[in-house]
Amino acid sequence: MTKVFVSMDSAALSMGANEVAQAISDHAAKSGLDVTVVRNGSRGMLWLEPLVEVETEAGRIGYANVSADQISELIAAGFLSGAPHDSCLGLVEELDFLKNQTRITFARVGVTDPLSLVDYESHGGLKGLRNAIAMTPAKIVAEVTESGLRGRGGAGFPAGIKWNTVLNTESDQKYICCNADEGDSGTFADRMLMEGDPFTLIEGMIIAGIAVGATEGLIYVRSEYPHAIDVLNQAIAIAKEHKILGGSVLGSGLEFNLEVRIGAGSYVCGEETAMLESLEGKRGMVRAKPPIPALVGLFGKPTVINNVMTLAAVPMILADGAASYQSFGVDRSRGTQVFQLAGNILRGGIVEFPFGITLGELVNTVGGGTHSGRPIKTIQIGGPLGAYLGQESFDVPMGYESLAEVGGMLGHGGLVVFDDTANMAKQARFAMEFCAEESCGKCTPCRIGSTRGVEVIDRIVAGENQAMNLELLEDLCEVMTDGSLCAMGGLTPLPVRSALKLFPADFGIKVEVK
Amino acid sequence: MSNYSEESILNFLGPYKGDGSTILRSLQLVQDLLGYVPDSALDIIAKNSNVSRAEVYGVFTFYSDFRSTPPAKVVVKVCVAEACQASGNASLISELHDKGYDIHKGNIKDDIQMEQTFCLGNCALGPAAMVNGAPIGRATCERIFAATSAVTA
Ligand SMILES: Cc1cc2nc3c(=O)[nH]c(=O)nc-3n(C[C@H](O)[C@H](O)[C@H](O)COP(=O)(O)O)c2cc1C
Ligand code: SF4
Ligand code: FES
Repeated sequence: MTKVFVSMDSAALSMGANEVAQAISDHAAKSGLDVTVVRNGSRGMLWLEPLVEVETEAGRIGYANVSADQISELIAAGFLSGAPHDSCLGLVEELDFLKNQTRITFARVGVTDPLSLVDYESHGGLKGLRNAIAMTPAKIVAEVTESGLRGRGGAGFPAGIKWNTVLNTESDQKYICCNADEGDSGTFADRMLMEGDPFTLIEGMIIAGIAVGATEGLIYVRSEYPHAIDVLNQAIAIAKEHKILGGSVLGSGLEFNLEVRIGAGSYVCGEETAMLESLEGKRGMVRAKPPIPALVGLFGKPTVINNVMTLAAVPMILADGAASYQSFGVDRSRGTQVFQLAGNILRGGIVEFPFGITLGELVNTVGGGTHSGRPIKTIQIGGPLGAYLGQESFDVPMGYESLAEVGGMLGHGGLVVFDDTANMAKQARFAMEFCAEESCGKCTPCRIGSTRGVEVIDRIVAGENQAMNLELLEDLCEVMTDGSLCAMGGLTPLPVRSALKLFPADFGIKVEVK
Repeated sequence: MSNYSEESILNFLGPYKGDGSTILRSLQLVQDLLGYVPDSALDIIAKNSNVSRAEVYGVFTFYSDFRSTPPAKVVVKVCVAEACQASGNASLISELHDKGYDIHKGNIKDDIQMEQTFCLGNCALGPAAMVNGAPIGRATCERIFAATSAVTA
């Protein structure tokens, strides 16, 4: 039997992977060939999708950008035994793009069948959970703290400290809420993990539950991710059936239940307290903090809220030990980060590296520069609330503090590359427009300020009273930064100010920018 | 799908009876069932969840997914967020405009409705679009209309 892998990741589907998988099955059946098509996650080399991998004795041989109407030709050329072809990449795991990465969180994505527990366990799955079951809750939390793991959803708060607060808060009910709202443009790591290795997230959430004494878990997934929702629901059903979820996790007597909840098209619901409101069935209005959700969270109960990537790092930490995870990275940015190379980039997709790799290495060496072939003008890191950085920041090592030093923010690790045709006044205007569109409406600087921001930028670009309007924009940015309840209004000035500072000419500015 | 009765909706919402924390999920269920949330359903949900109509209306208007009128047979979502801007979505949007679809307004034409959306999580293969839930990467007018005609055919 020949095993052929065709990804079922949404990005692969968007390039015709379903049709390719179908064509392979059809041709094999017609020709009486013994072929099994496995629908795996994606390796993250999205520019090569649909990528077809054929299992051979030497390893998995890849064929790039395969289309359904190419299949008969490929079969005739002998691709089922790994024969050479124009589209052949050779051994996939020997490709520089993959070989140079350090895959910890994404170790299984693109390798295994996402819905096979057998695959999962034979690739190291459930080891972390088994270790956790044998440990005291305090020891699990200590392990996560020592690993140096920080929240991957944006704010970078140490996960262990958050867990410790929930562990030490008495309550008849506690919750684990996974933030899978992934609204930032340029980010898709959460989606790829949920579609490509959902058991890792489930395992991470169970460990979190055991660690803090929570029996209920919820995953809040955005409605734009129908495929991820479908895969997660299937994986949860399988985990229940095998008693990994339910009244007695792996026979430990410890209970953990898990449910998927779906968003309804609101960016601000990714903010943790707005997410709680939404999970309670209400409008996604941001709550004032304190109290923090770790003390007063879902339905007023102590709640751990973590991003998908944060929770998905946990099984490996418990399997291999805090020291192993902690050994990667730089300064206070420990472990690996899953970067998403997006926008105008030649080799777009997912890469996982220890913190410390530079921006330039990521976009040029790894990403290959722009897709258009034109020079890179700027990179927006960390989603719509992240700063635009220019060539002068290419030597900055990726880490929470090092990025903050140059006025940037890691956020969820998305890098959106723009070539020299981008107009930064337009991008700044869009940042304000987006804030106006997605503001929850609770505070004035964000709700009204963003609309005023669009108008002021328009006047600056039109050359009206530039000096005065620039001052007005600066004032507005200051009020938004200082007077907003959450980072939606509070960080929108980041992309606006950085665009203005780096590229004043795009705003048609004739006066000097301070 | 517009022939529904209060009873059928109440039946459908049965598990959520008397629970104010199910407003959002009730609205989602109704929209899954009917394709939109008719005005009368707001009263039914309020009654079932044991909250005021205003509360249901507040939730309904907060989330951009909800529709008050039936959707077209094909709904196309076109991403307008940064990564797709960087991938040149402007020309796609203007071509769609020339074909009679203003994604910012979301008008319906020939059973097709095209709407803007902020990020579909396919940001390395932009411009990104989605046709009745099926993703399209490196979207062009041709690729989008090939997918829509597969549905309308
Ligand atoms: C407007 C806004 C949107 C956010 N969107 C997300 C999101 O989509 N996913 C996410 O994990 N965190 C998001 N966050 C951050 C969360 O508030 C929170 O910090 C995070 O979920 C905590 O998990 P972590 O510690 O594992 O990062 C957002 C914050 C703001 C202000
Ligand atoms: S800053 Fe904006 S999104 Fe955040 S609470 Fe205030 S109004 Fe809501
Ligand atoms: S920005 Fe368009 S899909 Fe993410």
